[in-house]
Amino acid sequence: MAVTLVKERWQSRVGEVVLGATPAEGGTRSHTITVGGDGTLPFLHFEGAVANRPVVALEVNDVEPDWSPRLKEYYAGVINDPAAWAKKCVEEYGADLIYLKLTGANPEGANRTPAECAQTVKDVLAAVSVPLIVAGCEDAEKDNEVMAAVAEAAAGENLLIGLAEQENYKSITAAAMVHKHSVIARSPLDINICKQLNILINEMGLPLNKIVIDPMIGGLGFGLEYAYSIMERARLGSLVNDKMLAMPMICTPGYEANRAKEANAGIEDFPGWGDLHDRGTMWEALTATSLVQTGASILLMRNPEALKLVKQNIDELMVSNA
Amino acid sequence: MLIIGERINGMFTDIGEALKNKDPKPIQHWAVKQEEGGAHYLDVNSGPAIPKEERPEAYEWMVKVIQEVSNLPLCLDSTNYEAIEAGLKLLKRPGMINSVPAERPKIERVFPMAVQYNAALIGLTMDKVGIPLNAENRVAFAMELVAAADEFGLHMEDLYIDPLILPCNVAQDHAPEVLEAIRMVKTLANPAPKTVLGLSNVSQKAPDRHLINRTYMAMAMAAGLDAAIVDANDDDLVATAATAEILLNQSIYCDSYIKVFKSR
Repeated sequence: MAVTLVKERWQSRVGEVVLGATPAEGGTRSHTITVGGDGTLPFLHFEGAVANRPVVALEVNDVEPDWSPRLKEYYAGVINDPAAWAKKCVEEYGADLIYLKLTGANPEGANRTPAECAQTVKDVLAAVSVPLIVAGCEDAEKDNEVMAAVAEAAAGENLLIGLAEQENYKSITAAAMVHKHSVIARSPLDINICKQLNILINEMGLPLNKIVIDPMIGGLGFGLEYAYSIMERARLGSLVNDKMLAMPMICTPGYEANRAKEANAGIEDFPGWGDLHDRGTMWEALTATSLVQTGASILLMRNPEALKLVKQNIDELMVSNA
Repeated sequence: MLIIGERINGMFTDIGEALKNKDPKPIQHWAVKQEEGGAHYLDVNSGPAIPKEERPEAYEWMVKVIQEVSNLPLCLDSTNYEAIEAGLKLLKRPGMINSVPAERPKIERVFPMAVQYNAALIGLTMDKVGIPLNAENRVAFAMELVAAADEFGLHMEDLYIDPLILPCNVAQDHAPEVLEAIRMVKTLANPAPKTVLGLSNVSQKAPDRHLINRTYMAMAMAAGLDAAIVDANDDDLVATAATAEILLNQSIYCDSYIKVFKSR
């Protein structure tokens, strides 16, 4: 007997956000990337439009990060050169875009100046032609200075810059508005703060299609399901016309998955867990693919092997089931 | 909860005069003002100001001048279906038809028109004889309208059942029956039809109109009300609708939820 699929009729869709700008648009990117736009729950092609495929960024740091040796191996020889590192991510590993983290700005670390950080951004822009995501060092005060300098140095490039948070969103929003970038609005696994933050940013005058939601996540085994349900709620909200939740979402599986013990403990400590190399890769890949299933549009990853698996999974999910 | 602004109605003197004099200003003023107040739809009713034979032209004109200043969808309100159809043809966004009673000839005229113009449709739980007193008879009419939606291919979510509230100062016993009817209507089909009330009627000629309106609206929302034709510039009423939506967990809380409700 033929099965009739039950289809919801949604009133609205996720907003679209464009990343990057070509020379014609005032930037220097070879192409732009559009995310969001879906008119249904993720990958229900039979029910509504699955407008744009999720994209995957690889993370590049401006100083050598304190990652596990397993991850650093992939970037041997380029880990102290952000431009070369970015180039390798795009050309060799197939990253859709680059997530540049300016960890070196941290006053308790390398304490790089805003001008030095801006130069790093310029170097990476020169090395690769894909759109760029740039985030600071997570010291709010320093980030305000750094991101203002970065926004100005890369004016017109339509970077996706972060992070705007409830207690600290004005400076970065203003920088994005003046120099034509988009912002990442981060809320701490809290749908109510997420919505309010989008309103606050929008009230300053930044259009809704220049905001991307970072709902914050937990990695596999560490609260991933909690993030999953919050993201699902945001997606459902956007489909019933809650415009203040209808932005595409960006997630940090690279950071979260690699914090897990399961992604770091060797086989000698846990013989039953199997080989660390594959386990670490799978931990990040499964965190990322789960997020794609609940509506993530941009994934920030670290492991190029995991990235390959995730892109393959996205290819399969993008095949129409209509 | 959809707020359908009631103010563009020829029963109001300024709108009636505007219609007679073909003066777009009062109509455009109220279109903008109701949108600012929080209306999601604008009801458009010429009232008795225009002779029957001139109504199609009047609806065309109203739709045209409103769409010059507002992007809100319109709810075309008339018993003259030629007038409604004339307006439907000009809509930039899918609109709503207000209304059709549970009478077969009118059902046959209006349901296909709603489908043709991709419009939502308000169905009244009454027939030639009038408005029933109890919930059960209201629901019996609602069932006829639900069956008609099925028959003519109108999406169930595009059918808005209006169980017809009467003034509480003269017909107090209707108020609880209407609440019960709303609850029952929501069980008639899956997906359920929507529900709507011409809310201001509940407080006709009573001194505390605003209080009665917003109290009854909150009660009706708890019973399953999806839309109401109201005074969209009654700030307390709009805020009550926004708050009830939050407390019913129909939209996601944030500190600025009233603002979000008004501007969506």
